[in-house]
Amino acid sequence: MHGISTHFGAGPTRVDALIDIDLRVDAGELVGLRGPSGCGKSTLLNVIGCVTEPSEGEMRIDDEPVYDRRWLRRDLRRLRLTRIGFIFQTHNLLPFLTATENVAEAMELNGVKPREARERAIALLDYFEMRQVNAYPSELSGGMAQRVAIARAIANTPHIILADEPTAPLDSARAQAVIDLLTRIAREQRAAVLVVTHDASIFHRFDRLVSMRDGRIEAQTTPAVSETANA
Amino acid sequence: MNLAIRDVRRNKLRFALTALGIGMLLGVVIAMTGIYEGALTDALSLPRALRADLWVVQQHSFGPFAEPSRIPRDTRELIRRMPGVAAAGAVTFQTVQAMAGGKPVRLFLEGYEIGRPGGPPGLIAGHGLTESHYEIIVDASSKLKLGEVVPLGPYRDPYTVVGLTRGMVSSGGDPMAWVTLQDAQALQFAVPPPLERRERAAGRSPPTTTDINAVLVRLEPGASVAAAAQEIARWKHLAAVPEKAEESYLAQFVIQKMQQQLGMFMGILTTVSAVIIALIIYTLTMDKLRSIATLKLIGAPDRVIVWLIVQQALVLGASGYAIGLGLIEQVKGYFPRRVQIEPRDLAVLAVVVLVICLLGSLLGVRAALRIQPAEALAGG
Repeated sequence: MHGISTHFGAGPTRVDALIDIDLRVDAGELVGLRGPSGCGKSTLLNVIGCVTEPSEGEMRIDDEPVYDRRWLRRDLRRLRLTRIGFIFQTHNLLPFLTATENVAEAMELNGVKPREARERAIALLDYFEMRQVNAYPSELSGGMAQRVAIARAIANTPHIILADEPTAPLDSARAQAVIDLLTRIAREQRAAVLVVTHDASIFHRFDRLVSMRDGRIEAQTTPAVSETANA
Repeated sequence: MNLAIRDVRRNKLRFALTALGIGMLLGVVIAMTGIYEGALTDALSLPRALRADLWVVQQHSFGPFAEPSRIPRDTRELIRRMPGVAAAGAVTFQTVQAMAGGKPVRLFLEGYEIGRPGGPPGLIAGHGLTESHYEIIVDASSKLKLGEVVPLGPYRDPYTVVGLTRGMVSSGGDPMAWVTLQDAQALQFAVPPPLERRERAAGRSPPTTTDINAVLVRLEPGASVAAAAQEIARWKHLAAVPEKAEESYLAQFVIQKMQQQLGMFMGILTTVSAVIIALIIYTLTMDKLRSIATLKLIGAPDRVIVWLIVQQALVLGASGYAIGLGLIEQVKGYFPRRVQIEPRDLAVLAVVVLVICLLGSLLGVRAALRIQPAEALAGG
């Protein structure tokens, strides 16, 4: 994305959530996004996820122009379904579907036949060493639920994965396990993974760490540089 | 994947209780419909059972059920001799209140001539009247038993139950009863002894006890009802009402207000059901806001969301309808009035429930469509 700005409201109540953002995330890259609350991380995630319309700038996904002062595609829903995977802080699994059904539903929405979707969902959960395939989200631990959420996010092999503080509700060991999974996805599926996080214990796991402040990108560093700066 | 069914499956108890609530509400609507139909059937059961081609009543009267009709007893003989008349029977009608077995019993009593038109239809137990006095046939809904004695009239004469019918009640819902014409006339027109003595002391004759309320006429096969009615109307003090007209007067004058009342009540209940179903669907939708936002975010089209809500409304409506119908089928026998559930009414109600569910889900659909996908990304 280039020159992306987003503001809400007008006149004295205008809030500039994003100011002149230039950001590129490559396929297979795991990028961390950090910054204080209200700095614009979530808005940036919403813009990349084609959920919030920016006010200015340009955005491309897979080199396809998506936004240039206006949405260039009418079917943003389809774009999200096929190209973007979302992982949430509180897994956001559908509570009335089992682990398998949650993953299969994402595939069925993309036109996969129910039987095939179910088989692929079970295989995907197995890939993540998830055994409780028929359990409901309320019956799963936080770590297990997050694995299901990650499986759902990659169900349609998206090119971009956006994760909003996926390790926040997890202890350190489970947080590391989640980052392991995201790294695997980035490397093996060649997905561009952007993770919003406050968790300093995982900063070193990213290929690149983007720091935001007051709606702007303050710095883009490799983790080693960032840790040195913090020290 | 059927999301609505899976949501129901996951929340079985909640759904079952909600469906039970809607079912009870719809059960009341079904019961009111049944009472509405039952009132008409009850009202028409007697005139239909009597199978008269013509009702001969007092001039300008709409018949014994709609207003008073008093004609001389010899009218029956006059009518019987007319050409084309196969049979004629004199009848009286009145409501009586008695105590039997320590409990109050209210009966709609018909007096008739044994062997002539006007007697009770098929008996389910006992036998017809064989004695001239003090025998009575009652409908089983009166709860009276064969052999039970019912004291009636100013002298509290003991009437013994000798026969039972089923499903014969008046337009007011009182069980039917039959006695001989003589007994009925005595019960209707006889005055208590002190009053009779007072009338005689005052130089007045006691009231006649030989009048009747109507003559039931059955015509020969092929005889014209209209011609017979016209012929009878030549007697200036009489009017002849065809059976269909008598039924129509009953429906029009006697039970119309009650049916209107029931109709109004049904309308209100249906409206209340619609509001409650709409609120339930809206609440169910509100409970799923985050799930709906998530579905939208991961790319679910609006039709998936809309179908989730509409289908759940339809499942709730169908379950409630089935529960309501099942409940009323189980308890309808305990209602004091006949509850007659007609397939036609059930079909109409099913369509009404369908429309209510569709309309009720509109509020939920509207709320769901306004949810932004970004809400799924809003903090946990």
